[in-house]
Amino acid sequence: MDFRTDIIVDYMPFFIKGTLLTLGLSLAGIFIGLILGLIIGLGKMSTNAWIRFPFVWYVNIFRGTPLLVQILLIHFGVVPLFMSPSNPIVSAIIALSLNAAAYIAEIFRAGIQSIDKGQMEAARSLGMSHIQAMKLVILPQAVKRMIPPLGNEFIVLLKDSSLAAIIAAPELMYWGRAAQGQYIRVWEPYITVAVIYLMLTLSLTYLMNYIERRMKTE
Amino acid sequence: MISVKHLKKSFGDNEVLKDISLDVKPQEVVVVIGPSGSGKSTFIRCLNLLESVTGGHVYVTGKDLTDKKTNINEIRKNVGMVFQHFNLFPHKTILENVTLAPINVKGVKKQEAEQKALALLKKVGLAEKASAYPDSLSGGQKQRVAIARALAMEPKIMLFDEPTSALDPEMVGEVLEVMKQLAKDGMTMIVVTHEMGFAREVGDRVIFMDNGYIMEENEPAALFSNPQHERTKAFLSKVL
Ligand SMILES: Nc1ncnc2c1ncn2[C@@H]1O[C@H](COP(=O)(O)OP(=O)(O)O)[C@@H](O)[C@H]1O
Ligand SMILES: [Mg+2]
Repeated sequence: MDFRTDIIVDYMPFFIKGTLLTLGLSLAGIFIGLILGLIIGLGKMSTNAWIRFPFVWYVNIFRGTPLLVQILLIHFGVVPLFMSPSNPIVSAIIALSLNAAAYIAEIFRAGIQSIDKGQMEAARSLGMSHIQAMKLVILPQAVKRMIPPLGNEFIVLLKDSSLAAIIAAPELMYWGRAAQGQYIRVWEPYITVAVIYLMLTLSLTYLMNYIERRMKTE
Repeated sequence: MISVKHLKKSFGDNEVLKDISLDVKPQEVVVVIGPSGSGKSTFIRCLNLLESVTGGHVYVTGKDLTDKKTNINEIRKNVGMVFQHFNLFPHKTILENVTLAPINVKGVKKQEAEQKALALLKKVGLAEKASAYPDSLSGGQKQRVAIARALAMEPKIMLFDEPTSALDPEMVGEVLEVMKQLAKDGMTMIVVTHEMGFAREVGDRVIFMDNGYIMEENEPAALFSNPQHERTKAFLSKVL
């Protein structure tokens, strides 16, 4: 089998552009997902069943349906309602954020609920309000436990952003498919794309391990 | 100081406290004894509203806790609590454990709070552990820090829920010693414990709880030597 490296070299500028957008989509997704996820996670922990209900179903729906379906619905159904023509990057960011928020909400909830009940009781018995106890006692401990699953979620999100190729958001996978179409070659573009994804996820893994080690020794 | 009138508490269908009335005078030390599951923890936790009350009234320093208008955080500043499992904050140093509430709840300046915390830690014999983390302490040391942490809020009342039950036997003494000193200093205390020696020596009054009721109360010597109820006799024969 001949392997045409010239294709890779030719397409490198596009792969680099795509990689940057992949990173951009993932960062935007995790950032917006963190904010929404915190709100949804807190909503899911409400003692009031009526308040809890919409948040519980938000998580059920976004975790229980394929991201690909969500991307298509959002790009061709939701975004056109307020933007025409709908921008695939905007659609991708919205879909990835909403999807990540559901997973992050669960990470927040699990992290907070993993802290022993006695911590909240001790804080409240000292006269702290619920919010003070959360801020000073519960969250600092919970955040440490949330870091590993959040890192995991970021890695999943980075790989899942490749689904945005289907709506022609020009990220890494999109350029892989474009190269395949142009040269009618399979191995060169897709291996290159795979290697770039692998480099990104491995870097993230090492970064997460480093942060975890730092937090342990603190 | 504390006045409990016909207190009732249910968890769902399970009525845990059936009709509890009790008055505690300033500087009094009341010891609560009784079999496991009799509602001792639930009772003491109703006194700072860690458990919501289902019926009756609880007055602490003159304010009715069951009144919705009562600011519970204000009451809790006056009521310290020590738990069976210490519940120290593991992400904070010993000193920070003690200063956290005074600084954030009372608005005490950091330096002033630290000075006071060090004095309290010295009082419980742990000044040299100020910069350590809770994980590095023994159970007895943790509980003494927990007492200092509660005292840092300058409470008028201290509640203890089996403060020595989670300790190895050789560490029980050091914690009881701190509590005795506290009683001597005139603190109003309600103590749930199985340490009958402590009850006898320090308690002004002993309350025997069973099945959600106060079955019997008396001065320690009288209650231990001359229990009136069969249930009290049966319980004492097991623990004395
Ligand atoms: N949070 C709770 N939810 C439901 N039942 C509870 C709760 N806390 C205590 N109980 C029940 O109340 C009863 C009394 O418990 P407790 O006050 O802890 O007794 P004690 O401290 O005397 O051992 C037990 O039957 C226990 O199962
Ligand atoms: Mg108990």
